[in-house]
Amino acid sequence: MAATGAPGHRIPGTMTTASWAVVASLIAGALLFIVIAAKAQDAPMAAHAWLFTLAFAAGALAIGQRHFNALERGPAASEEVHYNDAVVKAGVIATLFWGIAGFLVGVVIASQLAFPALNFDTNFLNFGRLRPLHTSAVIFAFGGNALIATSFYVVQRTSRARLAGDIAPWFVFWGYQLFIVVAATGYLMGVTQSKEYAEPEWYADIWLTIVWVTYLLVFMATLARRREPHIYVANWFYLAFIVTIAMLHIGNNLAIPETWTSSKSYALFPGVQDALIQWWYGHNAVGFFLTAGFLGMMYYFIPKRAERPVYSYRLSIIHFWSLIFLYIWAGPHHLHFTALPDWAQTLGMTFSIMLWMPSWGGMINGLMTLSGAWDKLRTDPVIRMLVVSVAFYGMSTFEGPVMSIKAVNSLSHYTDWTVGHVHSGALGWVGFVSFGAIYCLVPWLWKRERLYSMALVSWHFWIATLGIVLYITSMWVSGILQGLMWRAYDAQGFLEYSFVETVEAMHPFYVIRALGGLLFLTGALIMVYNCWMTIKGRVRESEPLQMPVRAAAQPAE
Amino acid sequence: MKKKFTHATIEKSPMLLLVLTLIVVAIGGLVEIVPTFLIKSTIEDVKGVRPYSPLELAGRNIYIREGCYACHSKMIRSLRSEVERYGHYSLAAESKYDHPFQWGSKRTGPDLARVGGKYSDEWHRLHMADPRSVVPESVMPGYPFLETTPLNYRNIGGALKALSIAGVPYDAEAIENAKADLEAQATPFADTDQLMQRYPKALARDFDGNPAMISELDALIAYLQMLGTLVDFNAYETTDFKQ
Repeated sequence: MAATGAPGHRIPGTMTTASWAVVASLIAGALLFIVIAAKAQDAPMAAHAWLFTLAFAAGALAIGQRHFNALERGPAASEEVHYNDAVVKAGVIATLFWGIAGFLVGVVIASQLAFPALNFDTNFLNFGRLRPLHTSAVIFAFGGNALIATSFYVVQRTSRARLAGDIAPWFVFWGYQLFIVVAATGYLMGVTQSKEYAEPEWYADIWLTIVWVTYLLVFMATLARRREPHIYVANWFYLAFIVTIAMLHIGNNLAIPETWTSSKSYALFPGVQDALIQWWYGHNAVGFFLTAGFLGMMYYFIPKRAERPVYSYRLSIIHFWSLIFLYIWAGPHHLHFTALPDWAQTLGMTFSIMLWMPSWGGMINGLMTLSGAWDKLRTDPVIRMLVVSVAFYGMSTFEGPVMSIKAVNSLSHYTDWTVGHVHSGALGWVGFVSFGAIYCLVPWLWKRERLYSMALVSWHFWIATLGIVLYITSMWVSGILQGLMWRAYDAQGFLEYSFVETVEAMHPFYVIRALGGLLFLTGALIMVYNCWMTIKGRVRESEPLQMPVRAAAQPAE
Repeated sequence: MKKKFTHATIEKSPMLLLVLTLIVVAIGGLVEIVPTFLIKSTIEDVKGVRPYSPLELAGRNIYIREGCYACHSKMIRSLRSEVERYGHYSLAAESKYDHPFQWGSKRTGPDLARVGGKYSDEWHRLHMADPRSVVPESVMPGYPFLETTPLNYRNIGGALKALSIAGVPYDAEAIENAKADLEAQATPFADTDQLMQRYPKALARDFDGNPAMISELDALIAYLQMLGTLVDFNAYETTDFKQ
C-alpha cells in the first residue's frame, strides 16, 4: 500500500518497505520450495515445488527490475491520479488466452465422448484428467481472470480512485496465474482431490487463499479511498463474490496432507458431511463466482454501453440481499434421493425455488436498463451480446429451480440435462457477458476510437449463439432420453434397457454437442483476432464508423 | 437531528457492507451443515462397514487420481428403477470412512456403488486395458498403463496416519503394518490372518493376473471388487434405515 503516501516523495515503482517485505517473502518461499523439491514424496510434488521456486524467483527479479526501470524513468510528470490500467490490460489478455484454452479442451473432451479412440489410452490425456482441466480453465482461468480484470477496472472508475497497493494488484494477477498453472499441470499429472470444481490439491489451495485474501484487501482498500459518496452497486456484487468465495474455498478444502512433501491429501470430513460441504461449495461457486461476480460486470457494462442509468435502485438492493442470502441454502439439490437426510434435501429444494425470484430481479434490472435504448440492439452487436447474456441468465435461472424439484430431479440427475443446464449458463450468460465486457474494455483501455471491426463482433455473436443452441438442445434431448431409458419398464415389469444401450443412444447427440462447442470456440477465435487488431491500432476500413466508443469512461450513475 | 439508518448507510461503509454480507451468506451453510454432525440418525447404525484395507485404499487413490467421479456415480438413489438396476440404495454409513466422498454427479458410465463381485477379475483386467474389447458400445478411455505400472506404496502407512487424524479408526498397529497388509492382500498364498482380522471380508489374491508385481491395476481391482459388499442387507428390514 506504499503508493498511498504523498506523491512526489518517491518515484512511483521504486522500492518501499512493503516491496522489500514482498521480495523477502518471495525469497523465503523459494527456499522453502527448494527444500520441498528435494524431499518430495512423488514426482508431481517435485515438479510443482520447482515451478513455485522459479515463479517466486522470477517475481523477486521482476520487482527489482521494476525499481531500476522506475529510477531510469524519473519522477512522473504530473501529480494527478492515474488509474492502474496496466494490470487490467494484463487481465484482459489473460482472459482471452485462458478462454481459448478452456474452450479448446472442452471441444476435445466432447469429442472424446463421441469418439472414445481420441482418449489415445494415455495416462495424461484421458477424459478423467482432461475434464477438470476444462472446467477449471473455463470457470477459474477464463471466468476468474475476467472477474479480476473487470473488478479492478470497475472499482477504480466507480470510486474515482487508483487501485490500492503498489505491488499488490500485480501479486494478485500473477499469483492467480501461478495457481492456474499449478492446478492445470497437476490434473495432467493426476494430482486431484476429485471434488468437483475444487480439484486442486492442498498446496495449490493454500496458495490460492493467500492470493485471494490479497485480492479482497486490494478491493476493500480501493473502496475505502473512493471519492464518490456511495459504493456503486456493481461493487456490492464484486465484494460479495470475493468474500463468499474465500469462505467457501477454505471451508470445502480443509484436508490433511499425507506428509508436507506429498501432493496427496485426504479431505477432513467424511462421506455425507463431505458431500454436503462439497455442494455447499459447488453450488455457490455457481452462485457467487459465476453469478454474483458476473452480475457486478452486468451492472457496470450494460448501463455504460447503453448510456442509460440502471433501471431500478430499489430492485438492485432487494435482489442483492435476497440473492446472496438464498443462494447458500440451495446446495443440497445436488443430492436428491441420496444418503443425505431428507430434511436437508427438502430445505435445499425449497430455497432453490425461492431463488428464482431474486435471479429474475437481476435479469429484469439488467434488461430494463435498456429502456429507451432498445434500438441499440439493432445497431450495436456488443449491446446485443450483453443483452442476450442476460436473457440466457434468465433462462438458466428458471431452468435451475425447475430441476431442483425432486420429481424433476429424479429424471434429470446424473444425465446430460445437467450438463446442458450448466452450459446455457456458462456459454450463454458467463461467456457472453464477458465477451461484451471485453469488447467494451479493449478500445477503452488501449485508447482506440473503436474496435477493429463491428462486423466481426456480429459474426462472433451469431456463430457462438448457434453453437449454444446446438449444445443445449442436444443435451436436453440426450439427458431426458437417457433419464427415461433408465426408468423404462417392459410389459413384464422388467427394466427395458441395459445401461450400455442408453450409452449407445447418446452418440448422435454427443456429435452435435461437440459441433456446438466447436462453433463457440470459432466465435471466440474471431474475438481474439478482432481484439488483437484493435490493440494494434487497426480499423477495418470498409466499415463505416457507426458506433464510436468514448475513450475516457466516467463512472456510471 | 439523529441520522436514520437506511441502505445508504451501508453503501457508504465498505466495512459494514463486508460484515453484513458475510453474516448473510454464513447463515444458510451453518443451518444446513452443523446439524449433520450433531444428529445421530444422519448415519445409520449398520454392521460390516470398516475402513479400507491398505490395498483397497491405494486402489481408491488411483480411482481419485484418474478422475473416475467425472463419469461414474457411487450413490444409488432410493428410486425403484435404481434399486432394481444396481442393488440396495446406498446408505450414509457406507461412505462414513470416505475422505473425500465420491458419490459423483454424472453417469456417463454406470453407478459403481455395488460393482463389487459383479464381474470377474479377468473381466476388469480386459476392460481396463481396452473397454471396447468387452463392451463394444462403451465410451470409456482405456487404462492399459495401470497393469504395467508398479504400485507406489512406499508411504501407505502415512496415508493411514493422515486418515486416522481425520477420524478413520486405524490404530497404531494398522498403521505400522500397512505395508505388510498391502503386500499380503496382493500376493497369492501369503499369510493373511492379520489382514483378515483387521479388515474382515477383504479379498486377498493376485488381481491383475501377474503375481510377479503389485501393479496399480491390482490395487484398483481390489477396490472395485469390495465396493458395496460390506453390509449384509439380508440382515436388515428397510424400516431399519428410516430417518
